[in-house]
Amino acid sequence: MSKEPVVEEPVVEEPVASGPTRYGVPVVEATGQIVLHPEVDQWLDTVRALQADGFCMAIDVTAVDYSAHPGRTDLPEGVSPERFEVVASFIDHAAGRRVRLRAQVSETDPVVPSLFDLFPGTEAMEREAWDLVGVAFDGHPDHTRILMPEDWVGHPLRRDVAIGAIPVQFKDAPAAR
Amino acid sequence: MTDVTNPAVDEATDESAGESAAHLGSAERVLRRDDSSAVLRLSEAEAAVLAGDPNDPPTGDAGDQRMILNMGPSHPSTHGVLRLMLEMEGETVLRSKPVIGYLHTGMEKTAEDLTYLQGPTNVTRMDYAAPLFSELAFSLAVEQLLDIEVPSRATWIRMLMCELNRVSSHLLFQATNGMDLGAVSMMIYGWREREEVLRFFEKVTGLRMNHNYIRPGGVAADLPDGWREDVRRLLELIPPRLDEYDTLLTGQPIFRDRLQGVGVMTPAEALALSATGPILRSTGYAWDLRRDQPYLAYDEVDFDVIVGTHGDSFDRFAIRLNEIRESLRIVEQILDLIPNGDFRIQDKKVTPPPRARIDESMEALIHHFKIFTEGFHVPEGETYAAVESPRGELGCYLVSDGGPKPYRMHIRGPSFVNLQTLPHLMEGGFIADAVAVISSVDPIMGEVDR
Repeated sequence: MSKEPVVEEPVVEEPVASGPTRYGVPVVEATGQIVLHPEVDQWLDTVRALQADGFCMAIDVTAVDYSAHPGRTDLPEGVSPERFEVVASFIDHAAGRRVRLRAQVSETDPVVPSLFDLFPGTEAMEREAWDLVGVAFDGHPDHTRILMPEDWVGHPLRRDVAIGAIPVQFKDAPAAR
Repeated sequence: MTDVTNPAVDEATDESAGESAAHLGSAERVLRRDDSSAVLRLSEAEAAVLAGDPNDPPTGDAGDQRMILNMGPSHPSTHGVLRLMLEMEGETVLRSKPVIGYLHTGMEKTAEDLTYLQGPTNVTRMDYAAPLFSELAFSLAVEQLLDIEVPSRATWIRMLMCELNRVSSHLLFQATNGMDLGAVSMMIYGWREREEVLRFFEKVTGLRMNHNYIRPGGVAADLPDGWREDVRRLLELIPPRLDEYDTLLTGQPIFRDRLQGVGVMTPAEALALSATGPILRSTGYAWDLRRDQPYLAYDEVDFDVIVGTHGDSFDRFAIRLNEIRESLRIVEQILDLIPNGDFRIQDKKVTPPPRARIDESMEALIHHFKIFTEGFHVPEGETYAAVESPRGELGCYLVSDGGPKPYRMHIRGPSFVNLQTLPHLMEGGFIADAVAVISSVDPIMGEVDR
């Protein structure tokens, strides 16, 4: 390589502000693990690409409510933080690699396409994420609560739900403040 | 770990994936989402409408012999508080649905209110038959975020304790599996041997269960004096008892008839349903995190991954029985290989200082005080750590906002995920076989419901 292209390289790189991508979505490495950051409307296509690439099992699907943690610094450039995040992990047994997907889900429309038709094992995991965090999964075959009672109102793992306590009254002790 | 910049896509891998997919069988059966599925996707409210008023039951179609039967949550063969809704036709199970949550105590919510040092006290209560694995997954995740490496003796102590825990967990399975199928004396034998292992745990950790022994930074205490003799005693005591189990169960025609060909699953179905552990291995698919993605020091010990052939309940029983032998083999090697050294990292920001230091150093006293009041801070970030528990992949997804408590802690419970195989394993079988199937999946409800 001559020296001239090296001078030009920064000019070429500048338009690609979003950093490295893989499967068409931004990718970062967190504690040595590969993390993809697809948009919600890229969710199904990214998982489909992963499946075609040998990722044979959906290990985990969960959700996080980031409302009490503003100013996160672990998102790649170009990914804007939202209140909710759906996190899914996949594993490729043949190549022995893992990958994690993190999609930002807005508070106003917390809906993510269900992965049931690609990985039916996500059925219970998605029900749990809906039950506890309140992120809905579009196209889920059995979109019901799983751990909380069916008539429960609210989603306990949201940060605006208090942890709760049972008041204990000790004999002859003054009542709690 | 693979390299971020290396997209390993080429035609060769695609072809081999296609070949192996044919070899694994079809996953069509578990992909059905309509009424033909083995999963009875029926809510409580819908079931109540179907049942109608008990004093005035709906007459319905006389030709339709199907009925919904409720099993559990208080049922001796459901291993705790698992409840099943079964759609029956005569004695045959058509569709079914595991109904869970009866033991839900919000442990993931609780974890957000406990410091990282208190965290293992919480997670250890999830899988109460194999508590050390939850502690290990949690501790590994915290250590990944802290970017610290524990001393090698701590790693080997963790391995020793986990393998013995696998033995005690599988012994419990032998006991309950035997009893579920009518081999009631097996219940006594399994518990008897398990108690020997728990006695060793009590000596090391102070408790028979819920140890809080594996903590971020190492383990709570070094192994006590005489631990080698205790472990050797276990290594001499348990193998002959396993041979007795072989006589009692493995070679027993009635026992075999109850399990062989019952609850069959193909590798493709197990993969599609995210099943791990003995359920996946029973289909002949050799996948064990200890061998395939080694953590701790599993790459330094020699052991076999036990796989089945038929994917039935008998294979799952036999795999667990032989995994006890493999675990004992690992324990035997650990006795020779365990190094001397510290049992926890001497990082004053993570582990409390030794007691003697507190008397002579003001700084040590301050560290001690900070760790037990505020807790240590973990850098912002998120990570996932997985271990091979007796039931499959147990993972801990941990998010830190830089504070002294986890921002979010999620446990990927193997029982929780494996429970999804139940409807597919029971489909078309007799109700009596449902008991054998539940038993062979070996769910621990504390970890399912969390």
